Amino acid sequence: MASSVISSSPFVCKSSKKDLGFSSFTKSSQISIHRCQKKSISRKIVSVMAPQKDRSPGTTGSVKTGMTMTEKILARAAEKSLVVPGDNIWVNVDVLMTHDVCGPGAFGIFKREFGEKAKVWDPEKIVVIPDHYIFTADKRANRNVDIMREHCKEQNIKYFYDITDLGNFKANPDYKGVCHVALAQEGHCRPGEVLLGTDSHTCTAGAFGQFATGIGNTDAGFVLGTGKILLKVPPTMRFILDGEMPSYLQAKDLILQIIGEISVAGATYKTMEFSGTCIESLSMEERMTLCNMVVEAGGKNGVIPPDATTLNYVENRTSVPFEPVYSDGNASFVAEYRFDVSKLEPVVAKPHSPDNRALARECKDVKIDRVYIGSCTGGKTEDFMAAAKLFHAAGKKVKVPTFLVPATQKVWMDVYALPVPGSGGKTCAQIFEEAGCDTPASPSCGACLGGPADTYARLNEPQVCVSTTNRNFPGRMGHKEGQIYLASPYTAAASALTGRVTDPREFLQ
Amino acid sequence: MATSLHSVNHALFKSASTSSLSPSPVFRLNSTTAGFNFKPLISSSSAIITRAAVSSSESGESHNRETFHGLCFVLKDNIDTDQIIPAEYGTLIPSIPEDREKLGSFALNGLPKLYSERFVVPGEMKSKYSVIIGGDNFGCGSSREHAPVCLGAAGAKAVVAESYARIFFRNCVATGEIFPLESEVRICDECKTGDVVTVEHKEDGSSLLINHTTRKEYKLKPLGDAGPVIDAGGIFAYARKAGMIPASSSG
Repeated sequence: MASSVISSSPFVCKSSKKDLGFSSFTKSSQISIHRCQKKSISRKIVSVMAPQKDRSPGTTGSVKTGMTMTEKILARAAEKSLVVPGDNIWVNVDVLMTHDVCGPGAFGIFKREFGEKAKVWDPEKIVVIPDHYIFTADKRANRNVDIMREHCKEQNIKYFYDITDLGNFKANPDYKGVCHVALAQEGHCRPGEVLLGTDSHTCTAGAFGQFATGIGNTDAGFVLGTGKILLKVPPTMRFILDGEMPSYLQAKDLILQIIGEISVAGATYKTMEFSGTCIESLSMEERMTLCNMVVEAGGKNGVIPPDATTLNYVENRTSVPFEPVYSDGNASFVAEYRFDVSKLEPVVAKPHSPDNRALARECKDVKIDRVYIGSCTGGKTEDFMAAAKLFHAAGKKVKVPTFLVPATQKVWMDVYALPVPGSGGKTCAQIFEEAGCDTPASPSCGACLGGPADTYARLNEPQVCVSTTNRNFPGRMGHKEGQIYLASPYTAAASALTGRVTDPREFLQ
Repeated sequence: MATSLHSVNHALFKSASTSSLSPSPVFRLNSTTAGFNFKPLISSSSAIITRAAVSSSESGESHNRETFHGLCFVLKDNIDTDQIIPAEYGTLIPSIPEDREKLGSFALNGLPKLYSERFVVPGEMKSKYSVIIGGDNFGCGSSREHAPVCLGAAGAKAVVAESYARIFFRNCVATGEIFPLESEVRICDECKTGDVVTVEHKEDGSSLLINHTTRKEYKLKPLGDAGPVIDAGGIFAYARKAGMIPASSSG
């Protein structure tokens, strides 16, 4: 059991199902409220609610009206002054995202319910990002991108990241790639907003301090016509991660640690709120990795308080005004877990569940057949930089086929253009080539979810794969008997070099 | 495992029916075509159809949930959406009738070898099983609606699971494709694939699963907040009833 790596026992506030969120904190709780270090206030922020200082609930005189970040975002979006967990409310949506797999169905329902001539509620608040089944000869997959083009033309959708030349992704100036990474890179993620997407990993955007969650085609069809959705306010679980992040540890290790702790249903219907000094030290891409896998714990949404890092990222990409919110000092949380990050070790999720956690070093006898680095979870620029850094430090060649799938066009360009620190000016692409990896492929979701039979790097045989992706249920990457070990980019790169599941410290210390 | 169902929340009706939201909840849209196509819960082929209209539930709202009989198909914990419908079939569009039918024929194709029975016999389009029985965290994984759609398209009427993953549950409710019910005990350990079962709805809003093969009865949890949406026939029908969107008009 890896529980010994948590320095203080997880501090859990137990509450009965009946009074979720209703002053469920006991007086004996030792909560140190996370204080956001906001260094500067941008002119773009309309108003800011300052984080509360440490005060016991009794002194505020408002024990029952404190709200968590998520409650505040939803209350504001429902035009209410107060909501509590369990409330069913109609919420205004700021951004609706869809892609090639669910877009046609969502628009199909929209037309069926609102009429063939109906218009979407706001053509500037819908973002259509083809990304799932793109570089394939599958006619139905190609048809779906064409269908989205027709809908976007007809509805005057402002943001449609189209692709027409499947043979050369670079020939498509609008095409981005993986939706969750593209949303962030294109400035569609803003603190305080409500973002819905027809994809379970929409929760990734919670890294920006917004409410972001996945919905199905029918709900999306409803939002297309009305700009609203019926939501039940979730209670919030707190995860306080303190301490200095070891050099060999990444956000992927943190979230696998947490999911292993609470199980794949540990956060069902709940918000997972991440704070602490370690969180504050994470880059936006690392925060995205953390929130990305909230759904793998059953979570409704993940959320991280916005700070200078957030504002700096967002303000460079959008001029749309936004208004961050923060949990009140007297907000009620349904559970709390604390981690001393400095004591954590690289972990993997063994087949066939994201909560089947094990220390990477304890799996060193597991022989593997391939490594996959890609997806919204582990295919961002920093993920590739990390893998390249490890390959360079090791100075060896990979022992198994190593597939690299940058999430977006921008990531692909970074892989070929950005110098890797400490490598004497080499790019990721150069380092990958020297290490004997496959050439970085066209950006898309790729083999993370298997896909059509001709998908690059699809698991078509019962092989063992170490992957930086997000799910490893049976058949996830293609073959039903395939065995997938979920891991961080460092762990994936280390494993590629040895041909076994490998702790990155073998190459990084 | 944590469940999502609480007793019926009267605030649900309150917030939906009063104009506590501005602007006006009625949206000006162009005329609609035929309204939401709620699939009635009628058992298929070999099973006997019994319709029992229940007059009222604890919410005070009347509902008309049909009782049905059929064979059950038993699954265990953490059946994720890729096992329900492998992602390669995600190219099919659920809102296109021919695609939906095809999805039905592939339902539960992703199950690993330890499940010896096939939910849909290869070459057929529909399943002979009406009720799916599951363990914890049923439907975890993707938000793709293909999951509840393929089950409904294959002819299944209800899922009775110990607990659900939220997006899958939500999609069942929104689409009306399949009735999501929650058991109080691990029915999946006490039933076998092929057992003959009845799902019966009672006046107090709760439901009962009767296994005729083992001669055991299991009380199921009330639908809770999802009840009014399910009874209305899905999110669109519910929203029309609540006045959030205009009533559908033909033509």
